[in-house]
Amino acid sequence: MTPVTTSTPAKSALSRNWLLLLLKARTFVALILVLAYFSFAAPNFLTPENAVLVTKHVAINAFLAIGMTFVIITGGIDLSVGAIVGLCGMAAGWLLSYGIDIGLGWTIQFNTLEIILIACLLGIFIGAVNGVLITRLNVAPFIATLGMLYVARGAALLSSGGRTFPNLNGNATFGSETFPLVGAGSFFGIPIMIWMLVGAALLAAYIAGRTPLGRHIYATGGNERGALLSGVNVNRIKMFVYMFSGLMAALVGIIIASQLKASHPATGEFFELNAIAAAVLGGTSMSGGRGRIGGTIIGAFVIGILADGLVMMGVSSFWQMVIKGLVIITAVVIDQAQSRLQARVALTQETAGGS
Amino acid sequence: MNAEPHPVGLTIRGAVKVYPGTRALSSVDFDIRMGAVNVLVGENGAGKSTLMKVIAGVETLTLGQIEIDGQPVTIRTKEDAVANGIGIVFQELNLFPEMTVSENVFMGSEPTRYGVDVDTRRVAEETRKLMKRLEQDIEPDTRLGYLRIGQQQVVEIAKALVENARFLILDEPTSALSASEVEVLFRIIEELKSQGVGIVYISHRLEELIRVGDYITVLRDGKVTGSRPMKGVDIPWIVEAMIGGKSKDFSKNLGHSFGAEIFRAENICLPKLGGGLTVDNVSLSLRAGEILGLYGLMGAGRTEFLECLMAQQPASTGRFYIDGKEIRERQVAGRIARGIALVPEDRKRDGLIQIMAIRENLTLSSLAQFTRLFHLSLRQEAARATDFIKRLTIKVASAENPVSSLSGGNQQKVVIGKALMTEPKVLLMDEPSRGIDIGAKAEIYRTMRLLAADGIGIVFVTSDLEEVLALSDRIIVMADGHITGEFGRGAPAAEVIAAATPAKNKDKAA
Repeated sequence: MTPVTTSTPAKSALSRNWLLLLLKARTFVALILVLAYFSFAAPNFLTPENAVLVTKHVAINAFLAIGMTFVIITGGIDLSVGAIVGLCGMAAGWLLSYGIDIGLGWTIQFNTLEIILIACLLGIFIGAVNGVLITRLNVAPFIATLGMLYVARGAALLSSGGRTFPNLNGNATFGSETFPLVGAGSFFGIPIMIWMLVGAALLAAYIAGRTPLGRHIYATGGNERGALLSGVNVNRIKMFVYMFSGLMAALVGIIIASQLKASHPATGEFFELNAIAAAVLGGTSMSGGRGRIGGTIIGAFVIGILADGLVMMGVSSFWQMVIKGLVIITAVVIDQAQSRLQARVALTQETAGGS
Repeated sequence: MNAEPHPVGLTIRGAVKVYPGTRALSSVDFDIRMGAVNVLVGENGAGKSTLMKVIAGVETLTLGQIEIDGQPVTIRTKEDAVANGIGIVFQELNLFPEMTVSENVFMGSEPTRYGVDVDTRRVAEETRKLMKRLEQDIEPDTRLGYLRIGQQQVVEIAKALVENARFLILDEPTSALSASEVEVLFRIIEELKSQGVGIVYISHRLEELIRVGDYITVLRDGKVTGSRPMKGVDIPWIVEAMIGGKSKDFSKNLGHSFGAEIFRAENICLPKLGGGLTVDNVSLSLRAGEILGLYGLMGAGRTEFLECLMAQQPASTGRFYIDGKEIRERQVAGRIARGIALVPEDRKRDGLIQIMAIRENLTLSSLAQFTRLFHLSLRQEAARATDFIKRLTIKVASAENPVSSLSGGNQQKVVIGKALMTEPKVLLMDEPSRGIDIGAKAEIYRTMRLLAADGIGIVFVTSDLEEVLALSDRIIVMADGHITGEFGRGAPAAEVIAAATPAKNKDKAA
C-alpha cells in the first residue's frame, strides 16, 4: 500500500502519482464516503451502539471474505463456504442438543471448547476434501466447490430432517453453558466475535505478509508453473487455502448458532457471494496473485455499512441489491484502471532510472 | 533486374521493429518472389519470426514499409493479411484439438448456406479434396487431437491453402514431419510454385534449404547479412552469413581448471505420447567448473531432459547423481535443496511471477534462508535481494517494482539471480540468451564464466551455434532424443551442425 513516489519533476508524473494513490486507496475512500453519507443521512447511524451492531453484521461476512481472499489469490474460488457455515452450525447444534451416541447406551457430551473444536475440524475437513478434489483429481475449483456446496447443504438438511435445533443454551453439567457467549458475550465492552475477527484478520495478514507460506500463496496465483519450478509445493499451498477457508466458514457457523441460540440448516445461503464481493471490492484480483487482507476487511465494511445504512434510511431491499451490484462492478472497473496506470508508472520508472 | 523468371510480389523496405529492451529488426529489406521458394534462415532470435509476424499482421512495424505488387499496403490484423493473400503456417500449431479436421481447415472462413448455417457438406467435400491434393489419408470428420503431429502440420498447411494464399509462409514446416511426409510437402511446394505462389520457407535444416530453395536471405541479429539466388550457395556460405566472421562479445575463458565430477545422468529416458522416446537413453557427466553446451534443433529433447532433471516429467526413467549420491527427491523443492537450479527456457511462462516485485521473484526459491520457524525476515530478504541486484548488475529503479516492468535482459538476470540464490552446485540454463539484446547477452555470458570459475557446473541448452561454440568447455549434440555427438573446445562448426541434423530416418515415421 506504500504510495509510489518518484523524484521526477514533471508535473504530469506528479499528478499521475496522486491519481494512482487515490485509486489505490479507493476502497478506503469509498468507506469514508459511505460512512460520511450515512452519518449525515441516517439518524442514529454514528452512535456507538450502532457501530457495534454494524461491525457484528460485517464480521460474519469478513470471516468468510478472509478465507476467500486466500483462495482467490491462488487463482481459485470457494463456493462452498455458505454451505459449510450451515453444516458446521448444525454440527454444533447437534453436539449441544444430543452429544454423540456411541451406541452402547452411552452418549458423550462435550463442553463449549470441544464443540467449537469439533465444528472447526469439520470445516477444515470439508476444505481438505475441496483441496484434494482440486489438486489430486484436477477438478476445476469452481466445479469442485460448487459440488461441495450442494453436498454440504444437503448434509446440513439431512442432519435434522430440515428442522432447526432450538434452544442451544448449553448445559452447565457438561460445561457447555458458555456456548451462547461466543456470539453474544463481550470482553472489555467489545463483543467476543469481534475479538475473534480481529484475531483472524491479524493472523491472515501475518501469514500473507510475513511468512513463506503467504509468499507462496501469491506466487501460486501469479504464475502456477513458475511457482512450481521455483520449488513451491503448489498442491500443498492449495490444500492450505481451502482448509483455511473451511475453518473460517466453520467459525461463522458457530458464531451464528451461538448468536441465535439455534441452528437452522439453511443458514449461510448466498454467503459465498457476499464474501467474494468483499474480497473483490478490497482489490483482490479474480485472476489470482493479487489481494490484501486489509483491503478485504475494508471491502466487507463497505458492503456491510452500505446494507445497514440503506436499511436504516428505509431504502427498499430491491434497490439495495441494485446498489450493491453497481458498487461491486464499479470497484472492478476502477481496479482495472489502477493496474494499467500502475504498470505504466513502474515502466516509466524503470526506463528512466534503470537502463 | 528485369525479365526475371520470378517477379517480386511482396517487398519490405527498411523494416524496423523495436520491442521494449530489444531491437528485433533493424532496417531489413526482404522480397518475396512469386513462383519461387524464398528461404529465410538465421539463428534463433535473428528476427525471422518477427519478420514473418509482421507480414502476417500479428505484429506491426515500428518503421518501414510493405508493398504488394508495387502498392504500399498496411497489414495491421490477420484479416488484412488474408485479404492480401498472405497465408502462414506457424511453427507452433494454431489448431483446435477438440474439433474435426474439416472444422479446423475452414476455421474462420466457413462457407455458409444463405449466410446462415455452415455448409457442412461442402466443408467436408472441400477438405477431402484438399487432403487428396496433399496426399494424406485423413478423414474430414476425424477429431484433430487424434492425429499425429505431422498430420496436424498438414492440416495447418491445408488451412492456408483454403484461403487461396498468394504468399505462403512456412515456418519450420518439417520439424515435426517424418521423412515421407517431408517428401510430400516438397511435392506440394513444387506444385504451388508452378501455380505462381510465392513461398517463404524458414528452416534450420540447411541441406533441406539448399534442396528446396530458389532464393536465400540470411538474417543475423535483426539485420540481413546475405541475400542472393540459391544457385551456388553451399552450407559454409550459409554458416558464414549466419554466424559472421567476427564474434559477439563472448567473455574469455578464465582459465581455471575443472574439479571432480559433480553431476552425472545415467540412461535418462522419457516416453513420447504415441510411442517412441522423447529423451532416448541420455547419459552425461559434468565436472565442477565446467560449462557444458547442449546443442540441437527444436524438438531434439534437450528441454525435456532438463525437465526430467527438475522433476517435471513423472514418466521419465534413469538415474541422476550429485556428488556421487543419487537424487531420489520427487519434489522440485527437494531437488533445489540438493543443489540443482534451473533457468527455464520461457521466462514469462516458467521463470517469473510477472505481477510480483523484483525482490519477491529473486528470493522465491530461497525463502527458507530468511525464515526462522515460520517468520520471514523482510529486512534480511531485502538485503539479500539488493546484494544480488548489485552482483548481477540488474538495472532496476526499485526492487519493489513488478518484474514485468524490466527489459528482457534484466528479467533474465532476475531468473538467474533466483537460481543462484539457492546456492546450486549444478546450474541448468535453457536458452539463457533468448530474446535479449546483445549487451545483456554479453553480461550473461560473463556471469556464466564467473560462476564456472567459482566451481559451479553449468549445463546450458542452446540452438545458437555461435554461442555453443564460443561458450562451452564441452559440447554435446542431441537429435531426436539421443546424443549424436560430443565435441571438445574448438570443434568445427560444420561437424556440430551435421550431428544436430541427422538424415531423417525411418523411426521418425512411427
